[in-house]
Amino acid sequence: MNFLEFDAQDRAIVNRLQNGLPLVLHPYAAVAEELGVSEEELLARLTRLRDSGVLSRFGPMYHAERMGGGLTLAALAVPEADYERVVEILNNVPEVAHNYRREHTLNMWFVLATESSERIPQVVTDIEVATGLPVFNMPKEREFYVRVHLSV
Amino acid sequence: MMTATPLARVNDCQQLNAPCAHSKLRALLEQGLPLTPHPWQVLAEQCGLEEAEVMGCVKRWREEKLIKRLGLVVRHRRLGIDANAMVVWNVPDELVTRVGQALAKETIVTLCYRRPRRLPDWPFNLFCMIHGVKREAVMAQLETLVERLGLAEIEHQVLFSQHAYRQCGGSYALRRNDELPGV
Repeated sequence: MNFLEFDAQDRAIVNRLQNGLPLVLHPYAAVAEELGVSEEELLARLTRLRDSGVLSRFGPMYHAERMGGGLTLAALAVPEADYERVVEILNNVPEVAHNYRREHTLNMWFVLATESSERIPQVVTDIEVATGLPVFNMPKEREFYVRVHLSV
Repeated sequence: MMTATPLARVNDCQQLNAPCAHSKLRALLEQGLPLTPHPWQVLAEQCGLEEAEVMGCVKRWREEKLIKRLGLVVRHRRLGIDANAMVVWNVPDELVTRVGQALAKETIVTLCYRRPRRLPDWPFNLFCMIHGVKREAVMAQLETLVERLGLAEIEHQVLFSQHAYRQCGGSYALRRNDELPGV
């Protein structure tokens, strides 16, 4: 599916559902009614969007810290010649949830999600040893409330 | 009195012998709510609970903010939203809360965090994300925002992402299944 096949109804569905699914017995029926489509149509569109990869899932956004888990944003300044090797190393670390290349001297940015907050320093050390590079560990100190909603 | 750990609170949900079912429910939920008219019933059958219990648990996790929301996970890149800018600011400590709150109110800002500086190399203590379709548009929006909020004096840099090597949700429940108390 490409961008053009994503029609107005799909947009309305995606925009509405980014606000979350109501916690009621028949959540899809409730949303379908709001949007003025049948539940069947809504489910068919959602299934198509999921199968085409536009949506990954109706997932719970867990609150990592409240779950007892650890979460941090970290970065590395990787020499260009070394970039592929370091990507390979990070891709083999199960705690690396996201890994982005960004345009900066600090050119590799990754999120570590660990089962316990105590494990973050150990994973950071392991990455420093494996890559030979210092990890800039920047855990969040405060989250400012933002309403995430990307209109499509 | 013992303080309940977050994990204990997840498990004291309802039934005495249910922690195993509850951790299974969390793992199932992570994979996404089934796209059927009776999603809770499907999950209930998969983890050996009643439909009402499943709803009760999920509502309770929501109230306790273990789950922030049950939302749609959109792959922005598939929709052409791939100008993904991380804007980092070096804000005097006494202003950082005010600036953070102001940025968080902006519709184009999707995340906003205070983080520690890593001196001398990294002086930035406030991070926000701006997503858009085109870089030029993101930069123009940022310029407008800087002017409107009076942030011109505050040093900032824009780090566009060039490539996502990995993008997956954390999977806390799946990893934690084996170590839940009483399992």
